[in-house]
Amino acid sequence: MPTSIKDECAIVGIGQTEFSKFSGRSELQVTLECVEAAIADAGIERSDIDGMVTLSIDGSDEIAVMRGLGSQELKFFSRVPHGIGGAMSLVHQAVMAISSGMCKTVLGYRALNGCSGNQPKASAVGGPLSTDQVHWGWYNPYGFSDPTSWVAMFTQRYMHEYGATAESLAEIALTMRKHAVNNPNAMFYDKPITSEDYFNSPFIAEPLRFYDCCMEADGGAAFVITSTERAKDLPHAPAVVRGVAQGAAADQEVMTSFYRDSITHLPEYDLVAKQCYEQSGLSADDIDAAVLYDAFTSIVLYQLESFGFCKRGEAHDFVKGGTLGLDGRLPCNTNGGQLSEAHLQGINGITEAVRIIRGTSVNQPKKNDHVLATSGFGVPSSAMILGQSR
Amino acid sequence: MLTSIKDECAIVGIGMTEISKNSGRSELQLAAECVSAAIKDAGLKPHDIDGLTGFTLDHVDEIEVARTVGIPELKMMSRMPHGGGAPMSLVQQAVMAVSTGMCKAVVGYRAMNGRSGARYSEGVADGPETTDAISWGWYMPYGLLTPACWVAMHTQRYMHEYGATDEALAEIAVAQRDFASRNPNALFYGRPITMDDYYNAPYIVEPLKLYDCCIETDGGAAFVITSAERAKDLPHTPAMVRSAAQGAAFDQEVMTSFYRDCITTLPEYDLVAKQCYEQSGLGPDDLDAAIIYDAFTPIVLFQLESFGFCKHGEGHEWVKGGTLGPDGRLPTNTHGGLLSEGYIHGINGLAEGVRLIRGTSVNQPKKNIENVLVTSGASMPTSAIIIGK
Amino acid sequence: MSAKTETAPSAPQRMRPVVGHDNREWWDHINEGQLTIQKCKECGTLRHPPRPMCWKCQSLEAEHMPASGKGIVYSFVVIHKPVIPGYEYPLAVAVVELEEGTRIVSNVVGIEAGDVKIGMPVKVSIEAVDETLTLPLFRPAS
Repeated sequence: MPTSIKDECAIVGIGQTEFSKFSGRSELQVTLECVEAAIADAGIERSDIDGMVTLSIDGSDEIAVMRGLGSQELKFFSRVPHGIGGAMSLVHQAVMAISSGMCKTVLGYRALNGCSGNQPKASAVGGPLSTDQVHWGWYNPYGFSDPTSWVAMFTQRYMHEYGATAESLAEIALTMRKHAVNNPNAMFYDKPITSEDYFNSPFIAEPLRFYDCCMEADGGAAFVITSTERAKDLPHAPAVVRGVAQGAAADQEVMTSFYRDSITHLPEYDLVAKQCYEQSGLSADDIDAAVLYDAFTSIVLYQLESFGFCKRGEAHDFVKGGTLGLDGRLPCNTNGGQLSEAHLQGINGITEAVRIIRGTSVNQPKKNDHVLATSGFGVPSSAMILGQSR
Repeated sequence: MLTSIKDECAIVGIGMTEISKNSGRSELQLAAECVSAAIKDAGLKPHDIDGLTGFTLDHVDEIEVARTVGIPELKMMSRMPHGGGAPMSLVQQAVMAVSTGMCKAVVGYRAMNGRSGARYSEGVADGPETTDAISWGWYMPYGLLTPACWVAMHTQRYMHEYGATDEALAEIAVAQRDFASRNPNALFYGRPITMDDYYNAPYIVEPLKLYDCCIETDGGAAFVITSAERAKDLPHTPAMVRSAAQGAAFDQEVMTSFYRDCITTLPEYDLVAKQCYEQSGLGPDDLDAAIIYDAFTPIVLFQLESFGFCKHGEGHEWVKGGTLGPDGRLPTNTHGGLLSEGYIHGINGLAEGVRLIRGTSVNQPKKNIENVLVTSGASMPTSAIIIGK
Repeated sequence: MSAKTETAPSAPQRMRPVVGHDNREWWDHINEGQLTIQKCKECGTLRHPPRPMCWKCQSLEAEHMPASGKGIVYSFVVIHKPVIPGYEYPLAVAVVELEEGTRIVSNVVGIEAGDVKIGMPVKVSIEAVDETLTLPLFRPAS
């Protein structure tokens, strides 16, 4: 029995559509387009895909994708829960399936008309009484029903406890935008912002301003993963999975874990970090670049601390002075992130992490031995560490 | 890297609530009760559990279960799609997680107020433009709304092509009820039916009569899986997982795969059977008993054929004469099945499969039970496992 | 005195199809009185229900061709229970195999539900089932 999945599997193909405010087509079509791109990029046949995985909130069933691809059979399929927390869980599922011999090659995908479409809202009610509905029922009556406000709740306390200010958040927002400005596929390609723009922008939910928040987007992204052995015969430099993990921690809620002793760190991120480092035998010092989930600026701080780049409560100082820029200690979200490339619930973080390993990012960091990629905040979450083939 | 998961993991705990028409409590409570019972049965504590897996259809989030039963950390969470196709996928998930070192012990669960709450017989609801909603939109306007309708469509054609009659269906319905009548946890405990009862019952959806259809129930069921090595130290005879497989096949729909050349076999079952036998090195002759997903009687026939107990088109003859009864070739659904114990989406069947291996079924066959097949729902992406001593 | 508004109890209606990007054109043709079949522009493969990608050649380009509306009952059911508001029981629902080769699910009407048979020739009849819903139904052909 393997004790770790380290280096068992590699991501060998990535694909995505354009990211926009209005795709003008069905989510299924967007899915099929990015899936086709990922398969072509991997240099494999459609019939090589014998497993598929997506998020439980995705609107395109794997059987609908199968039909588009003309697939004869699938030996593995699953869904990972909790939306934004699930992005790297797709890799987690695929790695488990391949390294336990259940299937050979897995396609992971997520596509959404997140801006133009009829998106299920987190606070949606209706249908049978679920724990999820009951949960939102504690917040909705008070008008506390959107992600910005939930994240702002955590952020407010973080600033209070650690003396953090909006300067740190501005640093993150401006760095991500700077990266997006060079990325033709980013929604904010060639649309730079200044520090003044940031501070002059209106509050959405104090202490979060307009530029602290991502924008909803339409688009899709997909990846292909197979055994490291098989990856050797495929066209691209494999992005080898050194570690991949999920985590939910005590008293976990979805976006509203406000009842723990401390809300200025998230133990689910600690748990995910611990597993990633244990599996890979690596530490924060070994990570050369990162794709951190940044639907909001402040959540980057929490992750930098949980993943050990700085001590608890110090990330707001750590990020200052260009740390997350191309020449900084930890080039971060070189695609522009969820904030400035597009909010695709983290799936575009997988494609960018692979590009960094391949050396093909539009903002390529100089060192790329190991890249960390994380998933959403305030929910059961997930992360992975990718490395070079040996 | 493993080439097969055979015997890497074992089911070491099972837990169930009562089965009823009105549980009188929340689905979360049902889930918490059966999960706690399974952990206790395994001789473990909640903090020994580090993974939870369930159904996409379940209304109870795993984090709510964890909080409620006191599981502090989860290192694996997943949801299996397609309702009745999902149950044995939960086992596959647990085996993958344990055998790759992701987790030490995983619980799978399903809890539902399937009778007093949202009922599947009420038909499918609409919502955002998902592929699922679009798919149902091709059938709902015509009143083809419920699982009984969809299964009846396959059945009508099966009977037409193979000359099957309702005698075969009656045989299955009566045999299951016979088992249930001796199972105190069954909804139909102490209530056997006769062949006459079967034939005199009204049609639900022709050609399916009342007793061809399972009843909707409230209840919960759960199981615990850990490594084979760890299982040695735990109280019960482990039910070793010899194989666990999923399958979706060409032109697959959920319950409405009517557009394939042939609708009298279900290739997803063939695919699952092939993998189960490959992983385990076993064949149908090695299986001593079975838990076959039986939300409706005719789908048992489809599965007996796909899993190689008889040839395609011969299931309806094969079941006659007590084949599935206590002394038959393949004692099947000794708990009474979904038809007569209760409909907990197949997880109650998994619990019975484990009991057969432990030798503790209320209808324990006299013969030695070495290997048991447990399957999942028909006409959708599906799954199955083989467990053994 | 407070104003009171009254609404007539609305007659129960059939559930509505979910119409989206991938099937809107098909339903538009139905509303114009024409049953169509989606056809791949690249390789000519026919498919129903309409979907965005061809499973043979993966082309995203498709068109809708008129169907003759003639077919046979490939399989059918007669539904007795449960009784859902908006439908009349016993209710016959069939998989109809069109002469072009694709299949479609619909009701068989104009015949006692109990008289429907496999292999029976049927022809499409596009009918308004209520004020806002038009469906392709099938009637015995002879």
